[in-house]
Amino acid sequence: MKNTSNTRRSMPPWKYNLWVGVFFAILFSVVMLIYIATIRIEYTWSWYKVPSTFLSREVIEISAEVEGRVTQLERKNDQAVITIKNETESKSYTVPAEDIRVNEGDLIYYGDTLATYRKWRAGIMVQGLWITLKSSIFAIILGIIIGIIGGIARISDNPALKWSAITYVELIRGSPLLVQIFIWYFVLGTMINQLLESYGLKEIPSLWYGVASLACFTGAYVTEIVRAGIQSIHRGQTEAARSLGMSYGQCMRYVILPQAMRRILPPLAGQFISLIKDSSLLGIIAVRDLLKASREVVTTQLNPFEMFFTAAALYLVITFSLSMFVQYLERKTATT
Amino acid sequence: MIDVRNISKTFYVPHEVKALVDVTTEIAAGEVVVVIGPSGSGKSTFLRCLNHLEVADAGGHILIDGIDILDRKTNINKVRAEVGMVFQSFNLFPHKTVLENITLAQQVVRKRPKEEAHSKAMSLLEKVGISDKADAYPDNLSGGQQQRVAIARALAMDPKIMLFDEPTSALDPEMIGEVLDVMKTLAREGMTMVVVTHEMGFAREVADRVIFMDDGAIVEVGTPEHFFTNPDHDRTKLFLSQIL
Repeated sequence: MKNTSNTRRSMPPWKYNLWVGVFFAILFSVVMLIYIATIRIEYTWSWYKVPSTFLSREVIEISAEVEGRVTQLERKNDQAVITIKNETESKSYTVPAEDIRVNEGDLIYYGDTLATYRKWRAGIMVQGLWITLKSSIFAIILGIIIGIIGGIARISDNPALKWSAITYVELIRGSPLLVQIFIWYFVLGTMINQLLESYGLKEIPSLWYGVASLACFTGAYVTEIVRAGIQSIHRGQTEAARSLGMSYGQCMRYVILPQAMRRILPPLAGQFISLIKDSSLLGIIAVRDLLKASREVVTTQLNPFEMFFTAAALYLVITFSLSMFVQYLERKTATT
Repeated sequence: MIDVRNISKTFYVPHEVKALVDVTTEIAAGEVVVVIGPSGSGKSTFLRCLNHLEVADAGGHILIDGIDILDRKTNINKVRAEVGMVFQSFNLFPHKTVLENITLAQQVVRKRPKEEAHSKAMSLLEKVGISDKADAYPDNLSGGQQQRVAIARALAMDPKIMLFDEPTSALDPEMIGEVLDVMKTLAREGMTMVVVTHEMGFAREVADRVIFMDDGAIVEVGTPEHFFTNPDHDRTKLFLSQIL
């Protein structure tokens, strides 16, 4: 990686700094304009509601399941034992001691709250984030597998393999992802789930149809990237490997693919960044991914500005991490 | 060792081009044969047919150590393991070190254990005079060094035959000598060699026989002495007058 600040500038420093200043001025104005506009339409910002959608403290109540009198209340460190007795039976509850609602001698009716405690709970946004990550990772792995097989088939001399690969790539690239997601879920999904049902098996959740559609979609692009990568390796490499007695498979595995991989890493990274962003479409088939989760929060908390900005920022964090990771890989493999 | 009977090769690029026309020749074990001829005469195609990198037209036969490589039932990978090839553009594997270049096929094709492949590679690097570059990558080597590694890579398979396709044509003049020296050593050790080259000095000094090709056919075959001093054909005389 070259340090860009070393490149020679064509303007004097004062001019350069002036334009840097202009950049920040533009940035600031845009943010201010949006802010002023929201004030004009009397939008009430409620950022304070956002953290609870990630992590919330849930209050859990412990209720009595018998009627009677509290005969004993014993505190031990942060635990307490409450014993309730009536004529026929007696029952003890061990509860956290932070918020005891009864005293010794109290008369307890069925369903009375004996104590409460608070527990940390992952909010809907964390769950959504996890679903987005999970579906993207599975789709990326499957996409790589499909792409390598497809790419090799694409350059094969065998028409059955070659034409299959071409048909697959053209079909997928020629139709919108949204339509493909619908086909996977409403056409293939219905067929597969009904078949499974008729054999008495469990249905496959919509998440996996979403993953399949994303993998299939990315696979077509990866196929083309892999094909270009393999074809960019000089023919002499294949000839040298084959002349040493290596089979086609050995030649691919040890000589061509390792070299091609290095070249296809940058376009592959771009493709996978698109894939992560495209996973936001899965909300339409009832997969509660990051965007779907945000929309659900908006319907209850009525803070669309905050939630959608948050969602955008989280997608940015994921895609930026991926592109950093790929840059690291590129630097690591560029050791020749 | 090599028995070529009536092979032809037609390219369709897209119009029909006859690169080889009914070539028949025989090369004995231990013999060093130099193939010369003007560019486009089919000498490289002939060489590449010998290890099936080009597939000769149906009808002919190429017997390598008694095995017909044009027979569909022949396992070509097995035959190729016995036939080393050195290319004009070296074709070293750029993602592997010099040592790995030489050990790869030994391990993958010959299934030799790592240590054995390693010591074999080191002794061959010693032989071609660049054992100090074992851990370097090909891109950091000069052309002459790369070509010597390529020769070592082919020799590591213990081939019975070595094919050289213009091994010095892509080299700077001062590096040609070091590669030719390695080839001369090989010839002296009794390796069966087929060499396509423009190095007439090498042909004169090392070859047992010279084959002159033109327009896809063998025009003249003879000892270097006969060939360079007293050729039979006018075409050969013309060619020699142009290059000497």
